[in-house]
Amino acid sequence: MNRYPWWKYAILAASLVIGLLYTLPNFFGEAPAVQVSSAKATIKVDVAMVERVQKALASAQIQADFVQFDGNSVKARLQDTDTQIKAKDAIAKALNADPADPHYIVALNLLSRSPTWMARIRALPMYLGLDLRGGVHFLMQVDMKSALTKKTESLTGDVRTLLRDKNIRHAGITRSGNSIEVRFRDAATLAAARNLLADQQPDMVWQEQPDGSEPRLVGALKPEATRAVQDQAVKQNITTLHNRVNELGVAEPVIQQQGLDRVVVQLPGVQDTAKAKDIIGRTATLELRMVNESAEAREAFAGGSVPFGSERYVDREGAPIIVYRQVVITGDCLTDAQPGFDSQTQEPKIDLTVDARCGRIMRDVSRENIGKRMAILLFERGKGEVVTAPVIRAELGNRFQISGRMTTVEANDQALLLRAGSLAAPMEIIEEKTIGPSLGAENIDKGFDSVTYGLIAIAVFMCGYYLLFGVFSTLALGLNVLLLIALLSMLQATLTLPGIAAIALTLGMAIDANVLINERVREELRGGASPQIAIQAGYERAWGTILDSNVTTLIAGLALLAFGSGPVRGFAIVHCLGILTSMFSAVVFSRGLVNLWYGRQKRLKSVSIGQVWRPAGEVSSSGATRED
Amino acid sequence: MEFFRIRRDIPFMRHALVLNVISLVTFLAAVFFLATRGLHLSIEFTGGTVMEVEYQQAADLPKVRSIVEGLNLGEVQVQNFGTSRDVMIRLPVRPGTTGSDLAARVFASLCQAQSGQVQARQYTTPQGESVSRSACAASGNAEPLALKRTEFVGPSVGEELATDGALALGMTVIGIMIYLALRFEWKFSIAGIVANLHDVVIILGFFAFFQWEFSLAVLAAILAVLGYSVNESVVIFDRVRETFRKMRRMSTPEVIDHAITSTISRTVITHGSTQIMVLSMLIFGGATLHYFAVALTIGILFGIYSSIFVAAGIVMWLGVKREDLVKVTAKDHDPDDPNAGAVV
Repeated sequence: MNRYPWWKYAILAASLVIGLLYTLPNFFGEAPAVQVSSAKATIKVDVAMVERVQKALASAQIQADFVQFDGNSVKARLQDTDTQIKAKDAIAKALNADPADPHYIVALNLLSRSPTWMARIRALPMYLGLDLRGGVHFLMQVDMKSALTKKTESLTGDVRTLLRDKNIRHAGITRSGNSIEVRFRDAATLAAARNLLADQQPDMVWQEQPDGSEPRLVGALKPEATRAVQDQAVKQNITTLHNRVNELGVAEPVIQQQGLDRVVVQLPGVQDTAKAKDIIGRTATLELRMVNESAEAREAFAGGSVPFGSERYVDREGAPIIVYRQVVITGDCLTDAQPGFDSQTQEPKIDLTVDARCGRIMRDVSRENIGKRMAILLFERGKGEVVTAPVIRAELGNRFQISGRMTTVEANDQALLLRAGSLAAPMEIIEEKTIGPSLGAENIDKGFDSVTYGLIAIAVFMCGYYLLFGVFSTLALGLNVLLLIALLSMLQATLTLPGIAAIALTLGMAIDANVLINERVREELRGGASPQIAIQAGYERAWGTILDSNVTTLIAGLALLAFGSGPVRGFAIVHCLGILTSMFSAVVFSRGLVNLWYGRQKRLKSVSIGQVWRPAGEVSSSGATRED
Repeated sequence: MEFFRIRRDIPFMRHALVLNVISLVTFLAAVFFLATRGLHLSIEFTGGTVMEVEYQQAADLPKVRSIVEGLNLGEVQVQNFGTSRDVMIRLPVRPGTTGSDLAARVFASLCQAQSGQVQARQYTTPQGESVSRSACAASGNAEPLALKRTEFVGPSVGEELATDGALALGMTVIGIMIYLALRFEWKFSIAGIVANLHDVVIILGFFAFFQWEFSLAVLAAILAVLGYSVNESVVIFDRVRETFRKMRRMSTPEVIDHAITSTISRTVITHGSTQIMVLSMLIFGGATLHYFAVALTIGILFGIYSSIFVAAGIVMWLGVKREDLVKVTAKDHDPDDPNAGAVV
């Protein structure tokens, strides 16, 4: 009766193998590596970089384990720290022609020492949280109010231009809070304006307020438009932060949205908060200037002197461009930049939107300069670079496009660059933590110790008290650890100290299921059931209680997960996952072991579950011997 | 080995009144301390700056305190943390300054007191991670003190955490009550939740009385205890239901006594195992996990007590009858229910 069909054993074996496989990478430790990432917003690292790094290493006669590209950086794993530093110098020399103005950041990093085939099946170690590895953590609040104000401000200008263009006379336009108020002298113009605005400003809802002699039209952002503005503000700020943090040369920065309006920035390895804040808080600026295409300027390409009133910059390919000093507009008035496709030529393009004031300037400048080139410059760290320098084809308004000579990827990248020039809305640091590297290592050791010693103590007790059933329970508990760590590694969860505490606590609670089962089996034996029936009944009857107790624990875990943040969340995730794995290992797996051991024996007389005491006084000694 | 060799049901309920009075007194004491002393909330809740400094030699606390107080930063706290060389300094929220500025100022003046100077140091760890930090350099390349950790929390975050914590507690209580009411009956649901809230209040009472630091981790521990010790009550209630069904002659207190007696072995062993793990955390987990483990320890100990005496006692006072559970048991025999009759 206590037999599993073969497929159940197969599932158990498979879970054991998968558990082992995905837990293993965590024990290989980390090897020194060199990471190459872009130092400038205008340069992208791609697969071709792998070859360049390999070549640089080969010419310096350095043997790397492997060089790989992952998303936005190239990493080379090396044998030891000495070669790591040598490799760093070699790569930096090969990639950055001018050390004062590096194109790429070459930073020291760590990579898992696990074999490459493991990485190929996505068996990667867990990511260690800041409290275990040391570094700085910032929680930044995006000032949504000012993002909305900025948007409304630019819309106010748009409305003003729109009404003037259509010759609709108004008695004044003002912005109050996040709404726009337009006053009119009579109801007829109001109606005309209302039609026009409803048509041309799809992001706003307009309402009439007949207020005495001056009827007013009040416009507010639609809820979905408000959400879009807020969403974009956070996204843009995250992009900008990425660009800036890259410069710090931090191995694996974490920049994530948290909640509606917050951004978490975690920089492992960095201890200098002042410098980190300085870099995070810096602004990049965007400028539009006319290109000087005179004969004198062409001469300057060859290295001659730059004409008066002009400056020389280089574009992304490194070709020089001479632009006038005079700034047409700055990035402040750029409200949006989106990639898209030209409906006529099917070429990729970038749609730019500037506010009304700059739209007017653009119109005037473009009208006079059709056929000439206009350069878009991005200034970062005091150095300017030409993002693109398109030719003006027609008179431009507050919405215009850049098209031609670019791929879809380029269009996307450039739109991002144009948007990422500055922060969409100011940010404020509302939480800040620094954890020293030694404290991190200490925390790992302590967490690991407490789990190990606790586990050993429980194992000793269980084996002593329940004998062979205790061994089964201990093995089940072992599988639980394995599965839990494997699951966390698969999800690439971040392990923190509260997470380790949750592992310990979950293991302490998980043994509850086995105690319930073992006690129940004993009770059945005490009641005079035969061993096979006692095992069967013990498992069956304990299941309901196990489910009950796990559901109540899970309710608390889920509440923590829903309302917790930061450390509590880390605790809750591990806790909830642990409850799920423990149900599997404590019930299904331990039953599998019991079945494997006892299930085949037809005439089983006793099971090794420790002494079963009978209240009648006759002491049964079924525990001492397994079978006799 | 068999720890529990109980020949007769232990008459727990005979002493229920006395024990419930003791419970009530403890509970009221906890409420009293909570009201008068209040919780010593960590900066995660209140906002402010915490910094941990490690000295080479045992730190001279009064001296450190006088230096920090000399900076006029408001009400500061200076205390040892873990060892005599580690000092924890807490600074209140100051409008206009951010946390790291404050921490840097305090660190600089502490460093000066040790005749050193703050410098930026860049080095590579043995693992090859490049690290830069500001260190206090004294003569002879010595480093008399090091900044181990700083933490700054803005006041708005703290308020939010407090609300979220209260919400999490509320949701847990409601969720568990609904589950118990569905699985058993409203009397059990009330008894279970009162017993466990009694635990929560007593843990809080301990934290208020000893002025231990109440951090987010402690809150997580309390919620974990809440979920954990409810299942203790569930096991006993399960037994109560089964006994009502089997033993038709027993009176209600006798039924409850029988249920508790037959589950006591499991109760003690399970809680013992969890307690082993928590003790291991308390001993080996270091200062960071200390209060987390303390909260769990108190919670587990009171969890046993309250499920036996408070939960079962309240069920008895609420006047649970066989008829209350007969309806439930009828449903329990549903042939499609795999859990029918599952009890320990």
